[in-house]
Amino acid sequence: MTTTIATPATKAGDIPPEVSDRTRAENRLGMKLVAPALIVMLVVTAFPILRALWLSFYNYSLTAPEDRQFVGIDNYVTALTDSLFWRDIGMTVIYMLVTVAFELVIGFAFAMIMHRVIFARGVIRTSILIPYGIITVVSGFAWQFAFTYQNGFVNGWLPFVSADFNWFGDTVPAVIAIMVSEIWKTTPFMSLLLLAGLAQVSDDMIEAAKVDGATWWQRLFKVILPNMRAAIMVAVLFRALDAYRIFDNIFVMTAGAQNTESISFLTYRQSIEQFQLGMGSALAVLLFLSVLLVAFLIVKLFRVDLAQARGES
Amino acid sequence: MLATTLLSACSGDEGKPVLTWYLNPDGVDTLNAIAERCSTDDYDIETELLPTGATDQRVQLARRLAAEDDTTDLMNLDPVFVPEFANAGWLAEMPEDTITEDTLEGIAETARWDDTIYAAPMWANTQLLWYRKSLAEETGLDMSKPVTWDQIIDAASEVPGATVGVQGNKYEAYVVWINAMIQGAGGEIVSNTDAGIDATVEIDSEAGRKAAAIIEKLANSPAAQSDLSVSNEGTSLPAMFAGPGEFMVNWTFVYKNYAPSPENTITEEQYKDLGWARYPRTVADMPSKPPVGGIDIGVGAYSKHPDFALEAARCVTDTEAQVQLAVEAGLMPATNSAYDAPELAEAYPEDLLALFRESVDQGGPRPKSAFYATISSALQSVWHSPESVSDSTPQESAEFLKNVLEGKALL
Repeated sequence: MTTTIATPATKAGDIPPEVSDRTRAENRLGMKLVAPALIVMLVVTAFPILRALWLSFYNYSLTAPEDRQFVGIDNYVTALTDSLFWRDIGMTVIYMLVTVAFELVIGFAFAMIMHRVIFARGVIRTSILIPYGIITVVSGFAWQFAFTYQNGFVNGWLPFVSADFNWFGDTVPAVIAIMVSEIWKTTPFMSLLLLAGLAQVSDDMIEAAKVDGATWWQRLFKVILPNMRAAIMVAVLFRALDAYRIFDNIFVMTAGAQNTESISFLTYRQSIEQFQLGMGSALAVLLFLSVLLVAFLIVKLFRVDLAQARGES
Repeated sequence: MLATTLLSACSGDEGKPVLTWYLNPDGVDTLNAIAERCSTDDYDIETELLPTGATDQRVQLARRLAAEDDTTDLMNLDPVFVPEFANAGWLAEMPEDTITEDTLEGIAETARWDDTIYAAPMWANTQLLWYRKSLAEETGLDMSKPVTWDQIIDAASEVPGATVGVQGNKYEAYVVWINAMIQGAGGEIVSNTDAGIDATVEIDSEAGRKAAAIIEKLANSPAAQSDLSVSNEGTSLPAMFAGPGEFMVNWTFVYKNYAPSPENTITEEQYKDLGWARYPRTVADMPSKPPVGGIDIGVGAYSKHPDFALEAARCVTDTEAQVQLAVEAGLMPATNSAYDAPELAEAYPEDLLALFRESVDQGGPRPKSAFYATISSALQSVWHSPESVSDSTPQESAEFLKNVLEGKALL
């Protein structure tokens, strides 16, 4: 997904006139060397995308291949005018906003700890990163067991919750349980990206601010965070796109019951459970477009040049 | 030397063929023994386990078959999925004599699609009304005559703590319940199912409203179990011998499940108190249509060894296998001859065996459609939870189902 928003520093055919013949030849050679990989990539990425686009214009069930009908944009009209689609989009956005917000704050705290810790640095860094090494489905099951009132520990640990409270019996608690699992699993990834950004903030600047009498909070908000803006944006972008495609935790913990379904889950149900390849493909295309939109909005929101973030210009 | 090795590798000589048989996880030990018995000098049968849920089993098999997997030779299929798989071209045709006069009519119907036989019935399941004899006596209900849903709900409501156990979770068994009640009143969920997405939606009918009225009545009565909206075949079991007991609709496995053993706390006295009767009537003047379930064996259309697979399907569904499954695993036969086996008479009471056989023979299958999964899910969406069912539910579900089938609504 992220490849779609990358802006090449130098576009093909846009070589400044002062470039030497040798550079031009090298560029041509470079393009020739890259071409095979580019073609393979186009085949493996463009083919499924185009096929999904083509299928999305049909009313086509896998179990009734002979009943396939060309319906034009009907599937898109149906999806976009159906309340279920918008309910699932709304739920997906809530998952994304809440989990990324929590992950950003907790992830930054972890990054600070990992950056500053002197004692048992390796052990602490490894401990923080362990959840990210666990497969999402496994962590989903672990948290599902933790939240069940029959044998879970969560109800026992929370004084304001009764022992037989069913977390998966209603939408809000079920969504909270899914979000907890998601946050626990992916915060380490956020903290890893933020740690990289933190390491790039010059100690000299922080020292200078300290000498100027800046408090800890002032140093954080006026020096550290502004200098980490590119790293924060990359972290938020990566995690937001991941969170927008949330699937595994919902699949394991509620299977979409209690209105906890995300747009990815709806697409899965249509394509895999219902075998409705036409509608499933239309939803997949809409999911793809909405992911692009989310990426575009985040890049605009942070007003960061990705090329600059990569240190290319 | 190298040339010889390469030549032999290219010759296609792969040794004795191995047929893969995908099993749902019921009676697995017995099925493994049957696989071993049915392996011959020409081929071996190996078993692979499918997931627990019927929907997950369907998805896993479908994913293999849609990819034209040539190692899916034999598969255990829930009968409702046979039309879907056959219509998709994923099942090999079976010989005409796979279904005979000997096959119980209720399950025989499930193996046909488009006038062709696509599966071999292996076991036939059905639901009965299980109850505590002492509870029936206390309420004065005469269980020797057919009883209606209204009667058992009223009877259970009279006795504090007594309940009616059903499957009310948002899953396939809830549709089994709804379908049985609608058929019991002479109706159908859909008809003309051969027309695919143009099938006639019939659920908005007097029979549909009668089924909705029964669900509404139970959900609002003291006889409803506290977990009605998430209840399944297993959750209603403990209520039988707790307090005054229950009237429960459930599959044939219940009899073996309650048999006193070190794994449970059921006493002989309690076991003797267990009663059984034909599935309740929806309306007083029409015989009930007990649900029909079970397992049909399908042969994969892309199997590398279709002849061996058909031969193996015949062997694993023969009378010996059916009797073995009934005695060892409580999975009841699909043929009359297996029911007549002396081993079954030893393992089950005579009247219970007769009731099982009658229920399968006179039972009602769920809609036979290539879009069954869609129909089932659409019904679950509108009819769940049982507490929300009202007089308008059949009409709402008919409209929704039509829209979903025509691709005008998301499911």
